[in-house]
Amino acid sequence: MSYLPYALAVWLFVVGLYGVVTSRHLIHLAVCLTVMQSSSYVLLLSIGYVNGGTAPIFADVPKGTKAVDPVVQALTLTDVVVSVAVVALLLSMAMQVRKRSGTADPDELHTVEG
Amino acid sequence: MIRMSRTVRLGLFAASAAGLAALLLWGVAGLPDFGHYAGPYGYVLNAVAPDERHVTNVVTAVVFDYRGFDTLGEEFILFSAAMGVALLLRDVREEQEPPEHAIRSDAVRLVGIAFVPVLVALGLYVVAHGFITPGGGFQGGVVLASAFVVIWLAGEYRAFRRVTPTPAVDLVKGSGAGGYVVVGLAALLLGNAFLHNFGPLGTAGTLASGGSALLLNLASALEVAAAFVLIFTEFGEELLNARLGAGG
Repeated sequence: MSYLPYALAVWLFVVGLYGVVTSRHLIHLAVCLTVMQSSSYVLLLSIGYVNGGTAPIFADVPKGTKAVDPVVQALTLTDVVVSVAVVALLLSMAMQVRKRSGTADPDELHTVEG
Repeated sequence: MIRMSRTVRLGLFAASAAGLAALLLWGVAGLPDFGHYAGPYGYVLNAVAPDERHVTNVVTAVVFDYRGFDTLGEEFILFSAAMGVALLLRDVREEQEPPEHAIRSDAVRLVGIAFVPVLVALGLYVVAHGFITPGGGFQGGVVLASAFVVIWLAGEYRAFRRVTPTPAVDLVKGSGAGGYVVVGLAALLLGNAFLHNFGPLGTAGTLASGGSALLLNLASALEVAAAFVLIFTEFGEELLNARLGAGG
């Protein structure tokens, strides 16, 4: 069972990709992309986890207490911010597509318009 | 033009996703067991950062100090994404007087407006305590942005726009991103590496701890708060314009 969190990350990535491939709506597609991206949070945090470790914050616990890896936590923070920024950009693109072509279904968008 | 049918696409996806999943599972099977972190960086940082940088929150020390350069990239991703949203949505919309959109329920207005100062205080608290307890510029910045959005949700859109005029938001956003670079350049002028932590490190566990990384924390709080206000504004204008169009 010690690989379950990693397997969960793989599952999230593949299931998100399934959503992206079969999506019938651009907003749904953007949400599926965030599901894919959340697999990276799970993977990063589970790599840095130490059995019995506390958060790497030594405000209430003495220095030297067994703690989890702060580097992957910082990376996850970056990951979350980037994810939100990218989704905001994607949603505004989806709105533009809807406005210009009258549909938000990727299957209905055959041609690339200039 | 040849179009792929959904069945063919699903079949292709099933085959390739099975392959991808197998490859990923094979990859993660080579990782150390869950809970048996191999190190060494996490252990080293947890051991040295509190004394070396006078901080108690090692995660924030990594974000703004040890890996401050990565955060510079992250700031500019957020900066350019918010710019992209503004460019895509602001461009095609005719500038017009923000439409009337007021919440009429007194209870919602009262509770909402009561939340605004609480959210501002909470946001500033989370930003200021970034080097002590969980928090920092990114988390606190989002809370600060939400305080402005509550003005819109509980009050009226015009009030939200009055407290967040676009030139001011753009200015705060720009100075947040630019300020981060300036702090990095200041380290260069003092003869250190770019973004090197300089200045008095202060006392661990107090608000004045973390050295010049504290300024980076504040710069990113400004950047994040302004970027989110800008994103909310752009989507809000779209929403209201669409309603206006639908309503006649």
